[in-house]
Amino acid sequence: MNEPGLRDIWVYLSASPLLGLTITLVAYGLAYRLYLKTHSNPLANPVVTSVAMLILLLLATGTSYSDYFEGGQFVHFLLGPATVALAVPLYQQFRRLRQLWLPVAISLISGVVIAAGSSVGLARLLGGSLEIQMSLAPKSATAPVAMGISEKIGGLPSLTAVLVVLTGITGAVLGTKLFEWLRVKDDTAKGIAMGVAAHGIGTARAFQVSSQMGAFSGLAMALSAFATALLVPWLVDMLENWLPM
Amino acid sequence: MKFLNGVTLLLVYQLTGEILVRLLGMPIPGPVLGMVMLFVTLMIRGNAPDSLSEASSALLSHLSLLFVPAGVGMMTHFGRIADEWLPITLALFLSTVITMVATALIMQLTTRWFVRPVSEQGGQHE
Repeated sequence: MNEPGLRDIWVYLSASPLLGLTITLVAYGLAYRLYLKTHSNPLANPVVTSVAMLILLLLATGTSYSDYFEGGQFVHFLLGPATVALAVPLYQQFRRLRQLWLPVAISLISGVVIAAGSSVGLARLLGGSLEIQMSLAPKSATAPVAMGISEKIGGLPSLTAVLVVLTGITGAVLGTKLFEWLRVKDDTAKGIAMGVAAHGIGTARAFQVSSQMGAFSGLAMALSAFATALLVPWLVDMLENWLPM
Repeated sequence: MKFLNGVTLLLVYQLTGEILVRLLGMPIPGPVLGMVMLFVTLMIRGNAPDSLSEASSALLSHLSLLFVPAGVGMMTHFGRIADEWLPITLALFLSTVITMVATALIMQLTTRWFVRPVSEQGGQHE
């Protein structure tokens, strides 16, 4: 009896942005609660769990990604202003940076070049296609920047977004163990490495270790976003010449 | 109203960045140029207005939410990820470890070379 009514409502809703926007926020809310329940276990990263929930839901209901994105785009759009907003923490931490500017500059530039060079080089050696290599190149930068660069150098921005998240999780999970093993004890060095290699997800992890490590990780994330945007398109061009397919 | 002013300011810088990047044919994304211009503005001004700090911490405190719609886009790439899972996973994993290790060691070494007094106190200062 209710059947036709419900179907009409479903047809109406799946064509409106309301549904996509609402399920994004609900899924993230649930995922975030789960993350807190597991005591911020990096493996229960809210991005991973909410993306998984949403994909399962879309596949189960036969909804296409483009229908979902009608609503999802409102959240996605905020990545732009969020990138601009990184200027504020960067400014607030500027005083600490001034004393360490030379080591930070050297580590940052080497880190950005190593991140892009090693991902493109390894993907190429392992037989990855050019599109995959270009999607991997900016993976250590924060998502909005990485997606913009990926688009510019011939990668797939939406694939890059996924790779950025996976990179962040890898860094957040392994970081503290690696530093212990390398006997790196200085929180500034740990923070810079975390921010360069694992952007925002690494920074969230760094803040759990100490506020100084978190501050330097946030700083490295913001600066390496800029360095990646400047260096990676140029670096990729150079690699094209050195490592021909 | 404060929050609205802050968000407006962020959007104005983003828009200016997008326009300049296209006008000058710069190789960086518009929002990144917007970030740099805002940073320079704050340096010149000497402080960050409350409205801006409020809007920026609201956006940045749930930065991971903003990645979700793009992450769901993975469903359109399942085929490609399945085809090339080995280069993708190995390159991503190894490159992240290499970057993290190299950056930490370089930072530790250069801090010792250039900023001896700071590193002797384990980076504690101020």
